[in-house]
Amino acid sequence: MNDDLLLSVRGAGKQFMQGNRLRWACRDVSFDLYPGEVLAVVGESGSGKSTLLRLLASRLACDEGSVHYDVREEAGSASAVPARGAAGLMDLADLSEARLRWLARTDWGFVEQHARDGLRMNVSGGANIGERMMALGARHYGKLRGQALTWMERVELDVDRIDDLPGNYSGGMQQRLQIARNLVTHPRLVFMDEPTTGLDVSVQARLLDLLRELVDQLHLAAVIVTHDLAVARLLAHRMLVMKDGLVVEQGLTDRVLDDPQHPYTQLLVSSVLTP
Amino acid sequence: MMDQHYNFGFLDERTKKMIRRAMLKAVAIPGYQVPFGSREMPFAYGWGTGGVQITASIIGRDDVLKVIDQGADDTTNAVNIRRFFARTTGVPTTEKTAKASIIQTRHRIPETALTEAQTIVYQVPMPEPLFRLEPRRFETITMHALAEYGLMNVKLYEDIAQLGAISKTYDYPVLVNERYLTSPSPIPKFDNPKMHMNPALQLFGAGREKRIYAIPPYTAVRSLDFEDHPFEVQRWEHACALCGAADSFLDEMIVDDEGSRLFVCSDSDFCAERRDAGHVGTQQAVQMPAALANTRQPAATQAAGRGAL
Repeated sequence: MNDDLLLSVRGAGKQFMQGNRLRWACRDVSFDLYPGEVLAVVGESGSGKSTLLRLLASRLACDEGSVHYDVREEAGSASAVPARGAAGLMDLADLSEARLRWLARTDWGFVEQHARDGLRMNVSGGANIGERMMALGARHYGKLRGQALTWMERVELDVDRIDDLPGNYSGGMQQRLQIARNLVTHPRLVFMDEPTTGLDVSVQARLLDLLRELVDQLHLAAVIVTHDLAVARLLAHRMLVMKDGLVVEQGLTDRVLDDPQHPYTQLLVSSVLTP
Repeated sequence: MMDQHYNFGFLDERTKKMIRRAMLKAVAIPGYQVPFGSREMPFAYGWGTGGVQITASIIGRDDVLKVIDQGADDTTNAVNIRRFFARTTGVPTTEKTAKASIIQTRHRIPETALTEAQTIVYQVPMPEPLFRLEPRRFETITMHALAEYGLMNVKLYEDIAQLGAISKTYDYPVLVNERYLTSPSPIPKFDNPKMHMNPALQLFGAGREKRIYAIPPYTAVRSLDFEDHPFEVQRWEHACALCGAADSFLDEMIVDDEGSRLFVCSDSDFCAERRDAGHVGTQQAVQMPAALANTRQPAATQAAGRGAL
């Protein structure tokens, strides 16, 4: 079973300088993620969720512990990165920047909380979807456009808006575009930072529906940071509860939500408003 | 005669050495932008300070210099730089492409094919082709280092999606030696194919941006495009009105208030040589199509532009 591990995190932590002293933003986080598995990271603002996500995606370097990822052999010669033949579970800290960037635009996706951070706002929706493929060497306009149209349909975007700038899209549409842009290279792992925050409830519900469907169809593994327990309940197989940079509880989503053990989790679960 | 108050070529010898060192590196890594300590020159930025510093560093007493601006030898920028070097070096200058050993240019490559004995120096306003697409310099340096040039194609994609064709007609991005994405300086894309496997050494200087880069002789230069939207150069329906050339880059001049246009070669030396060899154009401006003109004058319009008619 151990060989199909996708992501393995051991004692990962990151500290920041605050004023004159060092402070751990998150610390001692350990978990495993298997292909097709969805993990939710919940906790209040400032609990280190987003920092953890950035550690996992190698946007930040770990100050302690390690993140291992099952790196695939590089296929195709379009990438200028020399294939080293190394594959299997590898410590991300040992990979070159070139390899990490290659991973980030092929095998991973990153859905930002604010779509503006994840999209190129000065080019059309179609170009946004095509960007990763062009980075991988796609040089056929017609095929790129065909792919863009297919993906717009898959994420339920109006295909007539393919040449519109993302700035003219609504918030929900921007988020869908961001998802399409990330999934176009068929990544195996997607990081999502509060993907539904800032959307109204009906748009949220449809987006969640779409995410659940895509995760299922594409056999995606995902790490979703959220403070919305409903999102975790709907999408995640397992969850991780964070407080003050530490993981206070982790387990199957239903178990954690229905039978919370840690006082903080109990508080979190009981704070949810039911209309 | 050389003005004895200046060092040969205006710059002091140590500065020339520094610039030559940058150029050696640039030649060794075709298309790579080498930073250099650009000096204040007695020109305004935008008037070719980068090109002037390169020319000043490579020019010797045996060289013959030609300077063109938009293809012409008689425009302000060209005349000024030519006079500057005549005064600070005393080397002979010429308007004939074939006789020059160094050609400094702004916005054109001469129509006459260059040879191994020649060096062409480009004046570059913005050496970074990814400028406007990626504002962070650190990020563009990383992209060059890792040869991640997908973003440039995103721009071209966007042109086709919005306008039906790649709209860039000058400073059209090229890939040098299949490695570095490079700005060819604001030459028309018509001239891009001339850079490919050119026998002459091509040097590029950006004074304000403090960058030097080079395309050594016989280096592959490919203009970016899409498989189904291949790179194409401009074509004209008309030939040069003065010399009748149908294959040169033409300037279009409106010569009256009815929109009559005179098409003439942008390369003034090329055009003059052809005329000396007996080639003759129509000597006439082209009338605007009737559909566009309200009133039409039957008489051929006298060209005001060049005085060459």
